[in-house]
Amino acid sequence: MNWGEFFAMNGYAWYIWGSFGMALLVFIVEIVMVRHRRALILQQLHLMGNAEDL
Amino acid sequence: MVPWFACSAAIMFVAGLYISFFVAPTDIQQGEAYRIMFIHVPASILSMFIYLVMAGYAALGLIFNTRLSSMMASALAPTGALLAFLSLWTGALWGKPMWGAWWVWDARLTSELILLFLYLGFIALHASIDDPRRADRASALLAIIGSVNVPIIYFSVQWWNTLHQGASVKLTGTSMHVAMQQGMYTMMLAVWLYAIAVSLLRVRSIILERESKTQWVSELMEIKR
Repeated sequence: MNWGEFFAMNGYAWYIWGSFGMALLVFIVEIVMVRHRRALILQQLHLMGNAEDL
Repeated sequence: MVPWFACSAAIMFVAGLYISFFVAPTDIQQGEAYRIMFIHVPASILSMFIYLVMAGYAALGLIFNTRLSSMMASALAPTGALLAFLSLWTGALWGKPMWGAWWVWDARLTSELILLFLYLGFIALHASIDDPRRADRASALLAIIGSVNVPIIYFSVQWWNTLHQGASVKLTGTSMHVAMQQGMYTMMLAVWLYAIAVSLLRVRSIILERESKTQWVSELMEIKR
């Protein structure tokens, strides 16, 4: 079996790669959002800490 | 804890995908299309399981008035919602070639859609109330009442005459090829570990956001600076 046949999935390529592709996309988006949220709160806390020093 | 779960999830995803695409044989009835199962079934089962865990944490928060369990419930909701969405999305992409329709108002599909709406309702209700403790209590009530839906999803294929197929894996044995089972269980474990890692990371932010006025957080910042 070569790679072309593998990706064609015997005619079901759109359905199969659409499923796994969406899963990958959703997981990546979630990871980015969660990391962004963490960076944001850490930044805010640092700003708050600095404000108290002034 | 988060890197540990994240790394094991990544390893399990690689192993699971390898088994799903290179080891598991082609299905006699469905051809290659059945391989959608390897993401559809784990996403669906975890979307139900996470709901029960979320409702359990919410109930603990409601009964014992513990803040951390309510925060854990809020941290699980987005991940559960995403998995419920994935379940419906991959189900649609599987339904089209097999049943000839993206969507049917079948008992299982409809109850899974309700599960997605319950997750979204939980998130929206929590976000709409300013006082976090009141938001916890209100959304906990929604989560607990909504958990009635989970057994409905699970048993829908037995209770009603559905287009969705029945369970292939039962306590009394299975009708699946052994490599298909291995692929499915590995992928399920991968999604499970992923959900734990991402929820723990999220709950850490929620804790900091909600406790940002407290002594210990400001002391933590002193150390980190």
